[in-house]
Amino acid sequence: MKKILLVIIVFFLVLPLFVESRFWLGFWTTTLFFALLGQSWNILGGYGGQVSFGHAVFFGTGAYVSAVLQVRLGLDAWTSAAIAVAAGALVGAFIGALSFRYGLRGSYFALVTLAFAEVFRVLANAWDFTGSGFGMLVPMKPGAANLQFADRSWFYYAILLLVVLAYALTWRVERSRFGAYLLAIRENEDAARALGINAFRIKLAAITLSGAMAAMAGVFYIQYYLFVDSHVGYGPAMSVNALLAPLIGGAGTVLGPLIGAVALGSLAELTSLLLGKEPGVNLLAFGVLLLVILRFLPNGLMGLLRGRS
Amino acid sequence: MLHIINFAHGSILMLALYAGFFLFTLGGVDPYLAVLILAPAFFAGGYLLQRYVIAPVSFGKDTNVLLVTLGLSIIIDNLALYLWTSNTRTIDVGYAQVFVDVGVTAVALPKLIALGAAVLIGILFWLLMTRTDAGKAIRAVSKERQGARIVGINVEHIFALSFGLGSAVVAIAACLLLPTFYVTPQVGNAFVLIAFTTVVLGGMGSFIGALVGGMVLGIVEAYSGLLLGESLGQIGIFVIFILVLLFRPTGLFGQRA
Repeated sequence: MKKILLVIIVFFLVLPLFVESRFWLGFWTTTLFFALLGQSWNILGGYGGQVSFGHAVFFGTGAYVSAVLQVRLGLDAWTSAAIAVAAGALVGAFIGALSFRYGLRGSYFALVTLAFAEVFRVLANAWDFTGSGFGMLVPMKPGAANLQFADRSWFYYAILLLVVLAYALTWRVERSRFGAYLLAIRENEDAARALGINAFRIKLAAITLSGAMAAMAGVFYIQYYLFVDSHVGYGPAMSVNALLAPLIGGAGTVLGPLIGAVALGSLAELTSLLLGKEPGVNLLAFGVLLLVILRFLPNGLMGLLRGRS
Repeated sequence: MLHIINFAHGSILMLALYAGFFLFTLGGVDPYLAVLILAPAFFAGGYLLQRYVIAPVSFGKDTNVLLVTLGLSIIIDNLALYLWTSNTRTIDVGYAQVFVDVGVTAVALPKLIALGAAVLIGILFWLLMTRTDAGKAIRAVSKERQGARIVGINVEHIFALSFGLGSAVVAIAACLLLPTFYVTPQVGNAFVLIAFTTVVLGGMGSFIGALVGGMVLGIVEAYSGLLLGESLGQIGIFVIFILVLLFRPTGLFGQRA
């Protein structure tokens, strides 16, 4: 296992040395971005079994808070990033406290997260402070102090670092008492409670961590693209992106979201190569893949790898 | 009724709107006549979809149903986008411009017909659920799945039947909407959360609830649009949805599970 991990990390570290074109560097940067977003979903949905349909609410909060602090209040990018991640955790704790306190489970929890994301979307779209319908544009000022890089490979290494940190954290969680509690709640919440696990607190911790990690992805997004609007930030598409990678790769496994993100990214390139860049074709392929995985590989592509070895 | 939360509901509505649109433009079939073709066709389609796609893929788990229908809606929406592009389409029927004076205000004829048809379908559904064997079987399965199986009800068939019925009603709704509405591949999205909210607010499995829930939502939508302005107005529905889920998950008329 450790050898495989080492190979993966080395592969990603040396990748920019062999990738000449900007296009492929961008491809791997966005793939790693989706791997980070997917891992945030995975902590709550994969390990904890709390399926969220509104992860955009955390992602968008990260992107928006960072953008608003930089543009409206003139804070520097580093401080803004830190506050934005904290804001993501706070939103996670808030939604978690409400929905878990009132016992929402399964599809009801999924729907309430979706509704929260929609509320945030409407607010961001209506409020002038968040740029309303125009969105937030962060002025381009390359420099390490602004977390902006003229050389795009720096962005690649930045997201790689975030992914390594997030995956290391998830790996630690998986092996911790907290992780074991989470799995117990996923498998049978009533039984877990009966054994004395404080399910509310464990789920609350999971959604807070998940929210912070998704907000981190949002912070990266805003530094990379320098733009966010309510549809990108809080729209259902980002929520779907967050859950596709872990479900395809294998929910409840450390490497699942990464494998899923790579599979989805490759599939997107493959379909546009074969069928042209018609709108919707990529997503069409994603939908079919999701159904096939749910039907034949309930443990995702990781299940396939594990089954072989 | 069976607590199937179907994320593809909006996509099915969109498909039905396109079907009605093409029947009108290519075949010259009036949307109201199209009901006779589309309702049975969507009943059959919904039945097959539940029986041979949703049920086998979801393994009966409730969040899996949500994911499978999400996958289906992604497939249907993007197939529509691919085939028919994102252009907005409308049909032109003479009677869409006919207004009927109902005392306080004038209402477009198609909207009045839609209201009448909705009430009629509500009554028919209530009769179906209370007076027929199929309806009783659906209620039995929704109350106690294992018990229903033991007394010899084919649970898979009943699930598919009720999914087919839901799709047929969606097809009827599409025919009623078409004269005064437009079609795009994304048109269904706007209706999904509204439909969920209506049902959750009224209470799952309650017909009176669905009707009252629909009316309350209509009023909330109109007033929040009026008071908060157009862009902020949509928030009313989502806030109600969250509040009902949190504080009264059985809805206004639902029974305790």
